[in-house]
Amino acid sequence: MKINNVILRTVAKLVFFIILTLAVYLFFAGHNSPGGGFSGGLVLASALVLLFIVFDIETIQKGLPIDFKLVAALGAFLSVGTGFGALVFGENFLTQAFDYFNVPFFGEIELTTVTIFEGGVALVVVGVVVTILLSISEDE
Amino acid sequence: MSTLVLAIFIPFLAAAIIPFLYKYLKNIHVGWFAILVPTGLFIYLASLIPAISNGEVIVQTINWIPSYGINITAYLDGLSLTLALLISGVGALVILYSIYYLSSKEPIGTFYTYLMLFMGAMLGVVMSDNMLVLYVFWELTSISSFLLIAFWYQRKRSREGAKKSLIITVSGGISMLVGFIMVGSMSSTWSIREVIANVGSISDHSLFIPAMLLVLLGAFTKSAQFPFHIWLPDAMEAPTPVSAYLHSATMVKAGIYLVARFTPVFGGEAVWFWAVTGVGIFTLFWGSFNAVRQTDLKALLAYSTISQLGMIMSMFGMGSAALYLGYSTESVVYTGATFAALFHLVNHSTFKGALFMVVGVVDHSVGTRDIRRLGGLITLMPVTFTIATVGSMSMAGLPPFNGFLSKEMFFVSTLEITEAGFFGLGTWGIAIPIIAWVASIFTFVYSTVFVVKTFLGPYKEEKLEHPAHEPNPGMLISPIILGMLVITFFFMPNVVGENLIAPAMNGIFPTFASEGAELGTHIHAWHGFKPELFMTIGVILFGVFLYLTRKYWSGIYNLFPEKWSINTFYGFVLDQIEDKSTVITNKYMTRYLRDYMVYIFAFFILAIGGIFIFTEAYYFTLPENAPISNFEGLVILAMMVAGITILFAKSRLTAIVLNSILGFGISILFVLFRAPDLALTQTIIEAVTTVLFLVAYYFLPELDREDTTKKTKSVNLFISIGVGVVFTTVALGVQGNKAFDTISTFFENSYELAGGKNMVNAILGDFRAFDTMLEVVVLLIAGIGVYTIIRVRAKKESDQIEDK
Repeated sequence: MKINNVILRTVAKLVFFIILTLAVYLFFAGHNSPGGGFSGGLVLASALVLLFIVFDIETIQKGLPIDFKLVAALGAFLSVGTGFGALVFGENFLTQAFDYFNVPFFGEIELTTVTIFEGGVALVVVGVVVTILLSISEDE
Repeated sequence: MSTLVLAIFIPFLAAAIIPFLYKYLKNIHVGWFAILVPTGLFIYLASLIPAISNGEVIVQTINWIPSYGINITAYLDGLSLTLALLISGVGALVILYSIYYLSSKEPIGTFYTYLMLFMGAMLGVVMSDNMLVLYVFWELTSISSFLLIAFWYQRKRSREGAKKSLIITVSGGISMLVGFIMVGSMSSTWSIREVIANVGSISDHSLFIPAMLLVLLGAFTKSAQFPFHIWLPDAMEAPTPVSAYLHSATMVKAGIYLVARFTPVFGGEAVWFWAVTGVGIFTLFWGSFNAVRQTDLKALLAYSTISQLGMIMSMFGMGSAALYLGYSTESVVYTGATFAALFHLVNHSTFKGALFMVVGVVDHSVGTRDIRRLGGLITLMPVTFTIATVGSMSMAGLPPFNGFLSKEMFFVSTLEITEAGFFGLGTWGIAIPIIAWVASIFTFVYSTVFVVKTFLGPYKEEKLEHPAHEPNPGMLISPIILGMLVITFFFMPNVVGENLIAPAMNGIFPTFASEGAELGTHIHAWHGFKPELFMTIGVILFGVFLYLTRKYWSGIYNLFPEKWSINTFYGFVLDQIEDKSTVITNKYMTRYLRDYMVYIFAFFILAIGGIFIFTEAYYFTLPENAPISNFEGLVILAMMVAGITILFAKSRLTAIVLNSILGFGISILFVLFRAPDLALTQTIIEAVTTVLFLVAYYFLPELDREDTTKKTKSVNLFISIGVGVVFTTVALGVQGNKAFDTISTFFENSYELAGGKNMVNAILGDFRAFDTMLEVVVLLIAGIGVYTIIRVRAKKESDQIEDK
């Protein structure tokens, strides 16, 4: 049985980008307000899950040929890697550094290694959630 | 920059890079890249020899977990340098050899990755000053050894050999860890140097002897001492370069290194003396006695390695007697044994490495290692024969090869120790030189067997897989270099003795060195007509006699039937453990999720509820809590209704939806209690979980009525009410407990400390980033786990390589 879900598909295409924007916003907002790598990653994952539900898996994988296991592995590598990065600068393992910079147009912004660490967290969350969902749903 | 610490990590770095080189550079054998690492390390380490031989030590520290005193401290003295040179030097030769030994069709990328992993771990073992770091590297050598033994994992015997070596060496490693922790708690430091410096304050501690025995257990299992030697012959299933490198030249020396390193701590105790000397000398005998009966050349070398390791071990034991006496002109005599041990350690790596490579050459050339099928190769493989002869004669202790020097020094030590009047040596001491001498006769016999059976006698081409021929010259370079060293060390032993071993002695006998004792011995080939010379002559005479008459006395091996061997015992114990644990596991692993829930909840009730009852820490007063607003009450009421309705749901879909109501209810409560971070996360989690449920829903069977008995139902009811009660009490009591001061004020400064105004995320990403990092890794592991369980299972049925 094939359901005609044009409306759902059209809406999903739009909503996907809105959710994506929200994910990016949450990720960066996490430093000073609610959000962060974990929730940002989860939102991103749920956006992808929406696509997988609305369209079928094959279509999405053709459009987004990403191996989500690798995404998760890359994330873990980033998170653990920032820990070792601190060692290179003679600091203790996982010491995070931050400082404020004056950038034209944006004004003063803060750059910190936590962002890389949290980026790793987000990637792991996205990778793992999508991997688990795809594994279960593709099982024959 | 700490170059020494870097030296330990360079092989690990190489291990990470090699797979990529292997994948993208198909035309070049990846071994040529791998060989650069040990060669570079060897040159670097060799450049440190002048400093070390002047008595300097190099210490470099990188902080790892300073709050627990666990730091990566690279410590290089004579002992470490000797072993590090062996590791990198033999490593380079073995890799050169392996380039010709392993064809590019094999998965050599993994091979060199494992080998680099091992090299780094081994360097870490010999250069770590911190006991816990040493332990980490120690276990890493076991793991890389496991991977290398099982390199040809299609073979059943390889897998079993790998498993056996892992089980034995890792159990030893864990007991060693316990020993280390005991030493650490006695001396309240993890640094071996500091332990040695304050050894006087711990030697009367009641844990001193247990710690010693546990550390020794680690050393004995690693160095294949009787009765733990059984893993080494089975480890010979590894490719020959691995056997030459790990199982003769380096890894099995780790246990000996450990004994040497801890001699200044434990040496001087009678228990230490007898454990190390006794086990060593018996292993020496048992290994050489069993080597004679082997028909596989590699097995013969394996037993020979066991025997030689026992010899080195016993010499360290005898040398420790000097510490019992303390510094005096008489006691310095006993340190000669330790000197000989270190010298033989180096010598053994040279000749045994060469011999293993020779076996690999023979195996590679004719396709068998069975001495019943070999013979007469001398004319066809003259170079190989020459190397084999040099190595074997050195192993048998004949001049003009380096084994002769250390064997004579060994005899001298065994004779000297009988004259010591302590440790009960007056009565039992005489056994040491006798056993040593008998074992040396057997050593002579198997060395003869090795050469004569392989290279002399009739050539039996019909029994060989391929006709014999000299291999690719590249394969002979490494054994030739080692063979040359065997001869060079005979003529110039003092180059090694003065530059490496003498400084190593100062590290093993620090109390002697501080008194200004001259610990280096000048090595002479010719001692005059002394007892040790007559012992060597006796070894040759009896050895030749036993070799010629061996078919008359080989019946004694049948006195030890197979079913009484240690191997059978090991197999029996392993089978029993498996059987019994299967029975126990099957008792509680019922394959019903509800049973597992019962365990978890019952434990929760007992543990959490029990704490409140026994510690009487529970405190709760109603007036201190804020009143419940109407809205909050409404949400909770809705959740309660949903929760109770789940019990009566007829279909899974209803249950899933009702469950989501619970989840979203909680996130609304989070909002009401001003925890936006939690509310946000909970909402998304709920959404994703619901999708997950729906996806899995497709695979689940219909929900039917439970046919459980009334009794089970009432037990379940009791447990669920219990969990509810305990959880509610915890929630109510959470505010009341003031046993500890609050730590939240620290986190309130998150903007100054971590640059972030969101305290929750500052905790996650900065203050307690270690937790987050590990959670991320756990999440990844869980994801990979789900993936492999579901997806990889299907492939396995077509996998026929399992039980070749």
